[in-house]
Amino acid sequence: MLIRIPRRSEPKPSEITPKAVYEDRRRFLRTAAVAGAGAAFPALWWSGPAVAGRKLPGVRHNAQYSTDEEWTDYDDVTSYNNFYELGTGKDDPKRNARRLKTRPWSIAVEGECEKPGVYDLEDFIQPYALEERVYRLRCVEAWSMVIPWVGFELRRVLERARPTSRAKFVAFESVYDPKHLPGQKRRILDWPYREGLRIDEAMHPLTILAVGLYGEVLPNQNGAPLRLVVPWKYGFKSAKSIVRIRFTETQPPTAWNTASPHEYGFYSNVNPAVDHPRWSQKKERRIGEFFKRRTLPFNGYAEEVAHLYAGMDLRKYY
Amino acid sequence: MLRTVTDRWLRFVGKPVVFVAALVPLASIGLDAWNDALGANPIEAITHRTGDWALRFLLLTLAVSPLRRITGWSGVMRLRRMLGLYAFFYATLHGLTWLVLDQFFDWEAIAEDILKRPYITVGVTAWLLLIPLAVTSTRGMMRRLGRNWVRLHRLVYGIAVLGVLHFWWLVKADVSEPAVYALILSALLGYRVLVNRRRRAASLTAAA
Ligand code: HEM
Repeated sequence: MLIRIPRRSEPKPSEITPKAVYEDRRRFLRTAAVAGAGAAFPALWWSGPAVAGRKLPGVRHNAQYSTDEEWTDYDDVTSYNNFYELGTGKDDPKRNARRLKTRPWSIAVEGECEKPGVYDLEDFIQPYALEERVYRLRCVEAWSMVIPWVGFELRRVLERARPTSRAKFVAFESVYDPKHLPGQKRRILDWPYREGLRIDEAMHPLTILAVGLYGEVLPNQNGAPLRLVVPWKYGFKSAKSIVRIRFTETQPPTAWNTASPHEYGFYSNVNPAVDHPRWSQKKERRIGEFFKRRTLPFNGYAEEVAHLYAGMDLRKYY
Repeated sequence: MLRTVTDRWLRFVGKPVVFVAALVPLASIGLDAWNDALGANPIEAITHRTGDWALRFLLLTLAVSPLRRITGWSGVMRLRRMLGLYAFFYATLHGLTWLVLDQFFDWEAIAEDILKRPYITVGVTAWLLLIPLAVTSTRGMMRRLGRNWVRLHRLVYGIAVLGVLHFWWLVKADVSEPAVYALILSALLGYRVLVNRRRRAASLTAAA
């Protein structure tokens, strides 16, 4: 067993009432404590000159949604990145990290919802208690990591905006700053980077917005100040440095799908049975390990998410 | 007199210097491996660095005869075999890295890759074609094969094209690096076309 999320076949918390009440109360108390701490130190965790690397206070480890596999080395997580805005080499994002200006930063929530708005980063994040989620990350290039993210569930943000009945998808847009971002000086991808999820994928409790990793503020090369993390999809679905979240009625265009539709589908769920046209997806190299390991359907999160795709031909909707 | 001085210089200084210099990339990979400085994905780093040097030595080999023609220095031709063999050497290390470190003798995956992934098919083809060239690179073989040697070794042009194609097909979106190699290769091949055309034109005028 790789992950401690309750299996769907297990009794639901409602069926074991005493423990569930106990759990709920504990969670409530913890949440209250964290929220209290957040209120007591308003914006403390963002201030100061060196933002990335600053310790995030009041982070609660979420064991239910975390894998207990060994964490990938911090140095590897922060030096081996695909973030084309900062360069296409794996070590470019770290080297060029300072070119990404994360302050001031605002996030627009818009489209098919009742409460659209433009928020300053601090205001955007402030309502949510921060959790640590240790997720596997499987890159489409057949390597993987285990990363302790810090963030909150995307669905909390979406619920707050009150999507209308026409909201079928959620589109994400990343930073566009060709003046500073070296990768955006050339049209390697159709900038700005865009991603998207079906609304039920976006509302899934595994889908989070991350503001940190290893208990610290997100380093720029990992998509600061705010990025998506969708652990059952290939890494490129988890858009970095997000500036816009938009509810849409139709499937939004996405960066890699636009660049090469036959290689990168809209769904891009991790699937060892469907190869990338140019390489196999059956195995992956976990960074830090010598032998490759088998890639798991939905990156090992099948129990939690496979039902979202019931009846869909995953060869067609790759 | 001058000739023998150059010969001697090449034999005792030029060639040994090139021989050692060509081992620097390998030493640098070894040193980085020793110091754990190959980055988060060492196997990928070794694959990339050996692949890069295989292609660079191949292009250097192809640069020898244009260099002679342009500078008039025929001694440089004596370095050609060594450069070519180094291309084969790094390509072999590169292929072995893939076979042993990357795939770890997973023959099923290896067969599938070779058959189904065009960039691997092209890479392996290029390497296989390099074998007869390496085997026949000795002076004895050159003598024995005569004109056929020249014909056989024309394969190197195709191999270089396959090498660049291999690189081009494996990048995800940013083709700028393989494009640089493609440009250099085009220049080296284009130069030969030009020279041949001029030579043919010259012989036609001479005949007229
Ligand atoms: C034995 C057959 C060969 C195999 C199995 C092979 C395999 C590979 C693999 C797996 C990669 C890395 C792909 C990636 O990371 O996405 C690669 C990259 C590369 N290969 Fe090969 N290759 C072969 C022959 C060659 C030859 C003959 C050359 C040169 C003449 C060559 C030049 C390169 C270059 C330049 C790269 C890119 C390095 C970089 O990204 O910096 N390969 N090859």
